[in-house]
Amino acid sequence: MPTKRAGASPAPPSITKSLSSGPKTLPPNASVFDIAHYVWQQYLATTSERTMLLDVFMVFLVLVGAIQFAYCVLAGNFPFNAFLSGFSAAVGQFVLTASLRMQTSNGVPKEGTKVAKSKDESGQVGSVSHERAFADYIFGSLILHFFCINFIN
Amino acid sequence: MAESPADVLLKGSSGRTSRGLLRIIILATIAAAAVSSRLFSVIRFESIIHEFDPWFNFRATKYLIENGFYSFWDWFDDRTWHPLGRVTGGTLYPGLMVTSGVIYHILRFLTIPVDIRNICVLLAPAFSGLTAFAMYLLTCEMTASPSAGLLAAAFMGITPGYISRSVAGSYDNEAIAIFLLVFTFFLWIKAVKNGSIMWGALTALFYGYMVSAWGGYVFITNLIPLHVFVLLCMGRYSPRLYISYTTWYALGTLASMQIPFVGFLPIRNSDHMSALGVFGLLQLVAFAEFVRGFIPGKQFQRLLTASIVIVAGVAVVGLTALSMSGVIAPWSGRFYSLWDTGYAKIHIPIIASVSEHQPTAWPAFFFDLNFLIWLFPAGVYMCFRDLKDEHVFVIIYSVLASYFAGVMVRLMLTLTPIVCVAAAIALSSIIDTYVFASEGPSPQSTASDENSSSEGLRSTRGPNVGISSYLSKIIMTSSVVVYLLMFVAHCTWVTSNAYSSPSVVLASRLPDGSQFIIDDYREAYYWLRQNTPQNAKIMSWWDYGYQIGGMADRPTLVDNNTWNNTHIATVGKAMSSREEVSYPILRQHDVDYVLVVFGGLLGYSGDDINKFLWMVRIAEGIWPDEVKERDFFTARGEYRVDDQATPAMRDSLMYKMSYHNFQNLFQHGQAMDRVRNSRLPADTPQLSTLDEAFTSENWIIRIYKVKDLDNLGRDHISATAFDRGHKKKRATKKKGPRVLRTE
Repeated sequence: MPTKRAGASPAPPSITKSLSSGPKTLPPNASVFDIAHYVWQQYLATTSERTMLLDVFMVFLVLVGAIQFAYCVLAGNFPFNAFLSGFSAAVGQFVLTASLRMQTSNGVPKEGTKVAKSKDESGQVGSVSHERAFADYIFGSLILHFFCINFIN
Repeated sequence: MAESPADVLLKGSSGRTSRGLLRIIILATIAAAAVSSRLFSVIRFESIIHEFDPWFNFRATKYLIENGFYSFWDWFDDRTWHPLGRVTGGTLYPGLMVTSGVIYHILRFLTIPVDIRNICVLLAPAFSGLTAFAMYLLTCEMTASPSAGLLAAAFMGITPGYISRSVAGSYDNEAIAIFLLVFTFFLWIKAVKNGSIMWGALTALFYGYMVSAWGGYVFITNLIPLHVFVLLCMGRYSPRLYISYTTWYALGTLASMQIPFVGFLPIRNSDHMSALGVFGLLQLVAFAEFVRGFIPGKQFQRLLTASIVIVAGVAVVGLTALSMSGVIAPWSGRFYSLWDTGYAKIHIPIIASVSEHQPTAWPAFFFDLNFLIWLFPAGVYMCFRDLKDEHVFVIIYSVLASYFAGVMVRLMLTLTPIVCVAAAIALSSIIDTYVFASEGPSPQSTASDENSSSEGLRSTRGPNVGISSYLSKIIMTSSVVVYLLMFVAHCTWVTSNAYSSPSVVLASRLPDGSQFIIDDYREAYYWLRQNTPQNAKIMSWWDYGYQIGGMADRPTLVDNNTWNNTHIATVGKAMSSREEVSYPILRQHDVDYVLVVFGGLLGYSGDDINKFLWMVRIAEGIWPDEVKERDFFTARGEYRVDDQATPAMRDSLMYKMSYHNFQNLFQHGQAMDRVRNSRLPADTPQLSTLDEAFTSENWIIRIYKVKDLDNLGRDHISATAFDRGHKKKRATKKKGPRVLRTE
């Protein structure tokens, strides 16, 4: 599922910088594949280390979820409770991590506020500090895993 | 309403704390008013559990307290639905019982010995106080006006639409569910505003609590996704929305699946699919937003088109495959009956037979909401004026809930909160406009400063500021006060007259005006408890199943948890057939006693003869050849019980049990049925397979004992005929039992 792969997250704010320093500029009538490739390059160039770490974790979660789903489809869903709690643990953790990423990644590079869009977003979510965001993340994860363990039978 | 002048007085730098204190005091007063207006029934009658469903909840709570949580969770109840039994622990919403169990144990821990019955009776009023508080919080999220929240809390506290389900003793799921509904919505609004995981997770937790408490949680399950979907369509996607919704959905769905009764429904049932769909959609939108950050618009368009085509194709194929293979269950019947009001009557008579599932009559809106109902559209309009995310929520909620309240009487309950919010917004803006204008333009213009950046806007708001003539102010304020006072009077009147009857104990007035308590139900149930063996099976129509289980503590065949339609139809068939047909049914189901409710002597209209057609209809649904509704109507299509009653009617067990010996109360030929206002036939119906065991003081409850097989092997009809001395009738016996009925 390539759509979910890089995570559902807002744009990292330092776009202007990246656009100038990006690997290449995009021709106006590039093919879909070219565009995808360009996006990938941009992503590598602009994302900070810490955010990348979160993204890797999210990719891992997607893989875990996909494996469980494939197992469920291929080998049958007998302990349905177990499958559900495993799968929803992956999905839930993915979603929580994506939320954490949204809350933390746009506040990091303050210089990126030149772009109007990112200023707008930091105005919206910026009220949450990084520590608070991480505490919320822990809180959400604890609840999630409590329910999963309770549900797994 | 007391807040506004107080606010004027206390305006100042030091006024904040005193205003906060005042607000707390007002809220406490509102809560006290909410609680005390629900105590009519306790004062008039006594501390008793009301109606039907609460008796089951009460019985389940007692079971929980006596046997502990785990055995409650695994409770298999063999004393209902004889001989099938019911997996009670897995087929109820445990939230209510667990709540009162927890309260009970806390009070015990604090060494306050309270009877569990009193906790159950007073749970609903206590939670209504909390609902008023939650309402205050919710409304404060909607508007900046300080008075709106307090007004909404006061409205919610005393509006009859909510009182109808939360008087003391009405120990039903709705008692706590409305508080949870309002509080979940408050947390949701808070989550959308702040975009923090914590609020989303709290929403999910209270959503889980709500799921454990009431089947109406589906309303939240569909309303929140709809809110998100509308926001997406308005182009209002933001990370806040993503964070709050996905957190809520991921945690909330998992939380809801913890309840055994809900189980896998959230991923199987179509009722829950919209939430899942919006969840997926939000992922896609978020990802699209993410990608959009990297590339200029034109290429993005192309990428978007490509991915939309792919995703839509995959989704359609997947959904069709799942629906075809039956993994996703079709919509539930109750859901269909929401859209097509005639659906239930045709397909599910058991749902249609419940009076609270009928469509609402229009005066009911005014009866339950009084002047709030015409402030309601004004409040919704004011939400359109500054259309923030939370106002979109109010609008969607009001549109949906108005429709549902029009379809089903009981869903008035979900409409009430939003009506209170909208009416409070409208009324508080009226009060603010007129009362605060005395200070000159300052509060108005500071409030509208961000709006009035353009000169044209300021001039449109100009007239508002200009209201400073005392005459118009006084007229306005006094008329608002009059309306509020009338509202209070109306609410009190409705509560005390319409919603405070326990329906287990009836009250009427004697000619001299004194109150006359009719206590037949408890008399009869207590008779059963004392005079029948512990395991005597009682057959009655399903309405009384819970009460028999709760008050008489005897096994029943069917009860208000109508999970097995066939079993109910069996009882309906036994009631509506001739004795020869009914007796084998009674024997097969081990029935020892049959209980009927008969109001003919007293004029009590909710009796079994009036419900009889539903029994016939439900039985006809299963045995169309043996029971026919048409047979119970006369040739002119009338439903009669007098001389012209149809043979099917007069031979039915229900008719015989209701009118057995009734004629002997009157002079010959003078017997009157006061409910149906008809003169009965002169001779009393003959029962041969049942013995009258007990008839309560006012004949409301009549209990019959099922005769054992005859000692000499005769059938019951010939045996009774023999006992009456009609020996010669035995000669016709060889023709078969049916002919014997011609005696």
